[in-house]
Amino acid sequence: MSPRSESGDVQEPDRGALHRPSDHVDSTVEDGDRSQISGPRLGVVGWLRFAWRQLTSMRTALFLLLFLAIAAVPGSLVPQRSSDPNGVTQYATDHPDLYPIIDRLQGFDVYTSVWFTAIYLLLFISLIGCVLPRTKHHWQAMRAAPPRTPARLERMQGLQRRTLPAPTPADGADGSDGAGDGGGSAGVEAALAAGEKLLKSRRYRVTRYGDSLSAERGYLRETGNLVFHSSLVGILVAIAVGGSFGYTGQRVVVEGESFVNYIGGYDSFTRGRLVTDDTLAPYRLHLDDLEVTYEETNQSALGAPLDYTASLTLQEPGSETSTDEQIRVNEPLRVNGTDVYLLGNGYAPNITVRDPAGEVVFSGAVPFLPQDPNLFSVGVVKVPDGLAEQVGIVGLFYPTKTTNASGALASAFPDLRDPLLSLTVYTGDLGLDDGIPKSVYNLDVTDLDKLAGRDAPLPAPELVPGQTVALPDGLGTVTLDSVSRFASLEIHDDPTQSWVLAFAILVLAGLGASLFIPRRRLWLKVRRGSSGELELEYAGLARGDDPRLADAVIEFADRHVELAQRRAPGQPRDAAP
Amino acid sequence: MLDQYSTLLLYSAMGVYAIAFIAFTLDLSRRSAGVTARAATVQSGAARMAAARGRAQGAAGSTTTLERPAGYGPEAPGDAPDALRPGKEGVSLRVGVALSILGFVLHLGADILRGVAAARVPWANMYEFSMTGTLIIMGIFLVAVVRKELRFLGAVITGLVLILLGISTVGFRVDVVPLPPALQSYWLVIHVMVAILATGFFTLSFALSVVQLLQARREALGSSARALKLRMLASVPSAESLERSAYRVAIVGFVLWTFTLMAGAIWAEHAWGRYWGWDTKEVWTFVIWVIYAAYIHARATRGWRGSHSAWLAIVGYSAVLFNFGIVNVFFKGLHAYSGL
Repeated sequence: MSPRSESGDVQEPDRGALHRPSDHVDSTVEDGDRSQISGPRLGVVGWLRFAWRQLTSMRTALFLLLFLAIAAVPGSLVPQRSSDPNGVTQYATDHPDLYPIIDRLQGFDVYTSVWFTAIYLLLFISLIGCVLPRTKHHWQAMRAAPPRTPARLERMQGLQRRTLPAPTPADGADGSDGAGDGGGSAGVEAALAAGEKLLKSRRYRVTRYGDSLSAERGYLRETGNLVFHSSLVGILVAIAVGGSFGYTGQRVVVEGESFVNYIGGYDSFTRGRLVTDDTLAPYRLHLDDLEVTYEETNQSALGAPLDYTASLTLQEPGSETSTDEQIRVNEPLRVNGTDVYLLGNGYAPNITVRDPAGEVVFSGAVPFLPQDPNLFSVGVVKVPDGLAEQVGIVGLFYPTKTTNASGALASAFPDLRDPLLSLTVYTGDLGLDDGIPKSVYNLDVTDLDKLAGRDAPLPAPELVPGQTVALPDGLGTVTLDSVSRFASLEIHDDPTQSWVLAFAILVLAGLGASLFIPRRRLWLKVRRGSSGELELEYAGLARGDDPRLADAVIEFADRHVELAQRRAPGQPRDAAP
Repeated sequence: MLDQYSTLLLYSAMGVYAIAFIAFTLDLSRRSAGVTARAATVQSGAARMAAARGRAQGAAGSTTTLERPAGYGPEAPGDAPDALRPGKEGVSLRVGVALSILGFVLHLGADILRGVAAARVPWANMYEFSMTGTLIIMGIFLVAVVRKELRFLGAVITGLVLILLGISTVGFRVDVVPLPPALQSYWLVIHVMVAILATGFFTLSFALSVVQLLQARREALGSSARALKLRMLASVPSAESLERSAYRVAIVGFVLWTFTLMAGAIWAEHAWGRYWGWDTKEVWTFVIWVIYAAYIHARATRGWRGSHSAWLAIVGYSAVLFNFGIVNVFFKGLHAYSGL
């Protein structure tokens, strides 16, 4: 228990007191009146009021905060569907026993789970229940005068006493407002006036009660506290609204190809409940070039990527002209209220498959998925029609080929220095006629015959750009025309993102104000001693954490005595209010 | 080449810190030895001091102040009459502080050289983060020592810094490599720098909370024989005073941490296309923020002041260390910049 809460027992109702939950250390509400309402005779309203008080108490807020911290942890221990869907799939394979249990507990969707949501919603209800009455109270306090000076300043903090010598008789004769006290009254007035001036220059709100001044400053502390908490609510609301109106989509674009921003143009797309098909502005992005630079000299980091720059041509809807744009990793493209990010890259070999007669049955750039930092990549070509049998090809691509110790092919560098494409060829039913969507990056080989490749009758055909090889069994030919790069683009539309940022800035500002601006009261009492001297008393009261209060009282006392001494002799009129 | 000089300087700094740590420890043992010997002679003066302190801060005075030698009265430096100052006010203490400053200078040199060698800010991987982080911890400690009598924390701080530097030079040391594209941003300067600063303030607050808990235990034991075990704390401020200091340092850390979280979100939006995605590092940054928020609330809750809230601060700091030492290395996530 801090000394300040013990000394804060002001006898009369303190209109300027801070409104706090009853278990706050600065609360003026006694614990006793809580035990009063917890009796068995409570009606429904009484119980509701009791529950509400419990929910909005400091202790509840504290426990909810701790629960929130604990509840957030599991999301870092097991992969989350939102950030790592592949990790969840992998987890299901690795831990078949644990997976269903964790899944039932919503362990793979922790941050949208019932229990996590319940905790933060309760926390926010508690917060709102605390902040609303405090806002009303603070609003009133801001317009009220500082409370009456306590009768005994000894009971406040940092008491200081000073004495001003009696004014000279000349001053006394000059005093015109002295009803009976003559010069003494003028001296008191002058001292109070000096005090008021000094306090006001320090941005205190000052009220005079008799021969004393009551001053308070630092209302911004409570304002900041309220702004902080309200802005947290603002962030939550903005995120919730943004989730309903925003969308996210991914699309792999090969150099020389285009992407159009409509729902069918995406490889994968998730949207908020209130996003309709025509929400999307149909701009077109053409990927002219994806330039990647790798470290080539630093031996500790050979092949580390240094820069990705995608050069695009943007065609906005309704615009005749197109513009050249660039996207880099930390520099997304902001277009039509959406943000376009460059999140991945890889190689897309341009592959052509021909039948024995030379007719093209497949042609195109096939994005290969990178498997390691040197961009050894794997891709799939499916040729369901045009050849004697359905043909599936798994391609292994090495941008800079090398053989490792075991004699297997590998990539030694991520750039295209000595590229090689190795093919494993399958025939059989590719399963494309069932109408079930299949991933273009995967080939289900369980029911297929392996004709060429490791452990197959024939070795895997290998190609360098420009080369053509024959498929086994005279099925046809495969040509590696060239190798392009692809960019993996992510497009975001989050209409409330700037709101979240604005609230975040308010959170920070409010936090700073509420923690570092001292809210304090200062009092000055002036009394005329028996021989005409002025006895001055100074004291303060901290409202919340205020390490410098005692220093502030001393400093105020010293400056005030200085000012009063300079002003009082000879010129009391100036000092009169 | 420059990097090798940097390493050399860092090892030198560690050596100097080690000696400083020994000096601070000697000082602590001297305190526990000196307290018993001096207690009788100082009592009358200390009683006056206790009275003065009681005036200054209300109910803070307790019987334990009677055992406190006057030379270490940090809360009331002006009140301590010079006559009461013990003859040698701890040579080992002054040696500890002087060596801490020397170590800091060497450490600073190591940090700057590493930055020059890498031609960027020296906090782009775990090794550099540890090096700059411990530098900031020492810096904050040395600045705090000027402003307030906190030299009794020297052993805790130099000990902690030594352990962290030891772990990072052995476990996290990597050669200078160029920045990956995601780190090529001015946010690297802002976000990580502020995170390091916040960590530094949390560290000082943690050290204060640890001493606070020991002191509170000692105060609870009163003058009983078992209190003698903790008698080196006799010359250290009261638990309540330590708590106030810990809180004041922690709230600075909390504001900086709030900024770290927000700056991180802005950077994440630039680099990864979303401002918040519950990446493992984001989760732990959030967890730390919430724990320290709870700590601040605990200090304003009846029945939670004192040791309870100190434990929360310690839990919070453990989360900070966990976030840095464990999450970076063992957890899968986008913040994969340990360089290991």
